[in-house]
Order: sequence, then C-alpha cells, then structure tokens
Amino acid sequence: MKVRVFVSLKNGVLDPQGRAIHHAIEGLGIHGVQDVRAGKMIELEVDASVTDAQLEDMASKLLTNTVIENYRIERVQP
Amino acid sequence: MSFRSAVITFPGSNCDRDMADALEKISGTAPHRVWHGDAALPDGLDFIALPGGFSYGDYLRSGAMAARSPIMQAVIAAANQGVPVLGVCNGFQVLTEAGLLPGALMRNAGIRFVCREVKLKVENTQSLFTAGYSAGQEITIPVAHHDGNYFADAETLDRLEGEGRVAFRYAEPVNGSARDIAGVLNAAGNVLGMMPHPERMIEPAHGGTDGRALFESAVRGLVGA
Repeated sequence: MKVRVFVSLKNGVLDPQGRAIHHAIEGLGIHGVQDVRAGKMIELEVDASVTDAQLEDMASKLLTNTVIENYRIERVQP
Repeated sequence: MSFRSAVITFPGSNCDRDMADALEKISGTAPHRVWHGDAALPDGLDFIALPGGFSYGDYLRSGAMAARSPIMQAVIAAANQGVPVLGVCNGFQVLTEAGLLPGALMRNAGIRFVCREVKLKVENTQSLFTAGYSAGQEITIPVAHHDGNYFADAETLDRLEGEGRVAFRYAEPVNGSARDIAGVLNAAGNVLGMMPHPERMIEPAHGGTDGRALFESAVRGLVGA
C-alpha cells in the first residue's frame, strides 16, 4: 500500500525557499500569486500490517522536525 | 592528567580532521576517532566533539540522519550523564535534531551558502566552553553553512536568554538567526552547539586565534591547566 506523508513548514516559520520560488514565478511574468510555501512529500510503500500508530511514529520521529514542521499522512487507496 | 576526547565522524563529515587537530594541539592528547556506526564510545571520555560537514549528504534535513545513527544513542546517553559535548556547524544541527539542544537550524534567510569570517559577541562567559573569554568580547570566527538560521519559538528564545544559555551572538547580519543567536547551551551547560568554526581559528596560519580560548577553557576546566 502506498502512503504519502506531506511535510510543510509551520505557520510563522520563515520560508526563504518559498520566497525565492515566489520571486521566480513573478519572473515568469505570472502575477496574482499571493504567497508560496515550499514543503516536501515523502512516498512510502508499506505492508498492510503497518499501523497508523507506526506511521505517526515515523512521521513525528524522523520524517519531520516538529519544531518547525507539520505533517499530514495519507494512505493512498489502490 | 591527559584529556580524553572523541571526535565522531559521520559519512559526509568534513571538519573532523580539523577538530581532531585542534583538540590534539590544545590538549596535547590526540582524540579518539569514532565512526558513526560504532555502537559504543571509548570509556571515561572528558569531551565529545561533533564536527562540521554534510553528514549523510544533508538528506531529509541537515543533521537528521546523523541524529538517529547508532553512535548518537551513546552520545545522547553520555551528554545526559554530564559529559561535555561540542557540536560545530553540522554538529550543532545534529544536536538540535537529537533533541540535546532546543530549536532548529533552517535554510539561511538569504538563501545562499555563507562562507566567510564573521564577528561574534561572547554572551556567556560562565560555561565550560566560554570561561576563557571576557563578557561582551568580540571575536572573529569563520562560518561555512547553508542551514544556519536558528529558529525557536518566542517562549524558548526568552528562556534561553533568561537562563544565560545564548553562548554567542552574531555581531553582524549572517543568516537571519532568531535574535542573532550563533551558539546555545543546554540547561545543564555541558552541551554547546554553534554554527561558527572555532577549530578553524586556533593558530596564526588560520588568520587568527580567537577559537583557541574555547578549547583551552574546556581543557583547563576538565583536566586542569
């Protein structure tokens, strides 16, 4: 089963990469973008036996640094 | 009495030799070299150093993989027993990722990698690592990092300042760090993390010697002059 973990910066945490991307978007001549926040998505292929609690563990203990990041776990239905 | 220290090397560490060299030159005893996959530290250590570099290629987050490597479990246990631990640059990132120091080190506010000498202000002169400096002393130490932008919530920053745990501050704009923090101590004072590289400033050939006092303070404090 596929699981996706979406990692994003917490509100209030400055995101210089997002700002640089925003800048580059404006450089494309596209206007109307209010804000850009960069995050990452980590895709895992897991056995059906992997529990939600284990996924929470992976996400909170390794995949994110909870000082600065939030995460959202999504099990992808085949 | 000889100074028993260890320098931990992770895959991608690149300042481990400089750190070992500084420790040997200043303490007179060569440090043990410990590999990330080792399960245990040598017995009876006086001092552990986590060097700079790009451990595990900075995969996931700077310091994130190293913080979960086998040897770090031993370093965390030693730190909790009071063994002094110095983390420089990537070593600082590893210490925050390992939970030994609060906060996190994020991408520099200016996006760019910063590699130059910077002026620092010594804020705390009571710690094992900083007793050799005078309060408010301005020193010059090089930085070389992409992720040195110190972040912690306001409450944590207030606590760090209130408890005298800010060891060094940048005396000039460098990377956007909260309250210009360049180095922080843990609550017990035996763990210091800092982005600037004191081991690169210990002899005149380096262009200055402002980093010496940090190692001298530690050696003097731990095994006597």
